[in-house]
Amino acid sequence: MRKTTNWTVTILIALGSLLILFPLYMTISIALKNPEEMALSIFSLPTGLHFENFRNAIEATNFFNALKNSAVITIISVVFILLTNSMVAYAIARNMNMKFFKVLYFYFISAMFIPFQIIMLPVVKVTTDFHMNNITGLIILYVVYGLAFNIFVYVGYIRSIPYELEEAATMDGASTWGTYWKIIFPLLAPISATIGILSCLSTWNDFMLPLILLGDQDSYTLPLVQYVFQGQFGTDFNLAFASYLLALTPMVIVYLFAQKWIINGITQGAIK
Amino acid sequence: MAKRRIAFYLMTVPALLLFFTFHTFPAIQGIFYAFTNWDGFSESYDYVGFKNFVNIFKDENVINSYLFTFKYAIIMTIFVNILSLIIALGLNAKIKFKNFFRGVYFLPNILSVLIVGFIFNYLFSNVFTVWGAKLGSEFLSQNILGNADWAWIGIVIVAVWQGIAFNTILYLAGLQTIPKDLYEASNLDGASKFREFWSITFPLLASFFTINMVLAMKSGLMVFDQIVALTGGGPGRSTQSIALLIYTGGFQGGEFAYQSANAVIYFIVIVVISVLQLKFLQKREMDM
Repeated sequence: MRKTTNWTVTILIALGSLLILFPLYMTISIALKNPEEMALSIFSLPTGLHFENFRNAIEATNFFNALKNSAVITIISVVFILLTNSMVAYAIARNMNMKFFKVLYFYFISAMFIPFQIIMLPVVKVTTDFHMNNITGLIILYVVYGLAFNIFVYVGYIRSIPYELEEAATMDGASTWGTYWKIIFPLLAPISATIGILSCLSTWNDFMLPLILLGDQDSYTLPLVQYVFQGQFGTDFNLAFASYLLALTPMVIVYLFAQKWIINGITQGAIK
Repeated sequence: MAKRRIAFYLMTVPALLLFFTFHTFPAIQGIFYAFTNWDGFSESYDYVGFKNFVNIFKDENVINSYLFTFKYAIIMTIFVNILSLIIALGLNAKIKFKNFFRGVYFLPNILSVLIVGFIFNYLFSNVFTVWGAKLGSEFLSQNILGNADWAWIGIVIVAVWQGIAFNTILYLAGLQTIPKDLYEASNLDGASKFREFWSITFPLLASFFTINMVLAMKSGLMVFDQIVALTGGGPGRSTQSIALLIYTGGFQGGEFAYQSANAVIYFIVIVVISVLQLKFLQKREMDM
């Protein structure tokens, strides 16, 4: 195999990446301009750096409140998804010979085929009846809806872990819970990382569930705030783009630091 | 041993109860309401049998939303898969700054679909139109999202821009599973790059191709966020997806029962398509 750099491909890939970067460049530059600068040229770099756009956007959208809501919902959901979904999967994976657990397995994973729209209308009714049309309810729904896909992934992974490890622990007198926490859960770290990343991205960026569930403006998440904001201040583009940029930034920062880890996690999750 | 068994039941039963309450029970309710005339807020409703289902097949709005959603999902799936396969091949080649480019191409996947939609909404109306005017084309200098015949293309462009990221990563994972010595052998035999792709790379990527096709198609059929951000279903109703129709009709239009029936049909359609896709594509995997 040749070890030399393939420059043709490098240049094509670089050109292609401009298509990804251009909309992001536009977002940043519009967020930093004022209407007069926009009138001169939409494409040029901003000359003045109008940080007041950000200040106004933070006020208009109550940004820090939405940021807090998104962070609380995402962090708690992901933690509970990792703790509970893996536990359910463990119980199922180790008892597939029993009818109850086998049925349970197919029951959970069959939900992957059910489009959210079929439960969208009644679920609002159910959560309202339980007074759960709030952040707590949203978190419970994310954890419960994660089961379908996560059990599928976790069960496959757990079945590849040798049973002898647990037998040894049982001989030493460990309970089922003890075996799970001390032996299985740590062994699940690589697949948990992948599931954690995917759940984090989908929860943070989810728009539909908060839209139909959250009634109280104070509990709105970042995407939902952008949606409401767009309807109210749709014509002030500099303000709007400052607001978009603020909403996109937290995940981009996380991504910049954890990029390699995120991409490898998903790549490895796919090969399993 | 009994104690062990009890522990296993305790691990699953709470999840089972919650899952039933918030997933299966609403689904059953949805199916039940599909046979009534409930508007979503009145005190009472009547059982109407299959009337909703019959009406749905005669409803031009519903038919149009299915046609739009299928057209969109199929074209989007094809473009996402072709482009992400090409990009994955490029990112897998011997290129400079490999990790940097991988990072860039995956970036769109971490961004909110809704906000990306808002950004492109502006680009379509204020930026691409400027370029179109410079090229002197009347067609390109108009906002594509404002044109009832072409707005769907705009939505495809945004979905492809963002959807490529995830599929590229999956194809990249697939490419890394292919043993290097196969290429060495084909090099010795003097096979062209093109031949190499069709005879080695593509067949060995078959299972990744299946997954990517099914995932892209499913996300295409469920399109919602992009539509809300880009066109709101317009102009007219030309880009009203099935998901958007169920949402607006069910929550704002007083058509709770009617759209529940629509959701049941939608569910059947998605299951049938996913199963057919899997069957067809997996059969192809085995032939290889």
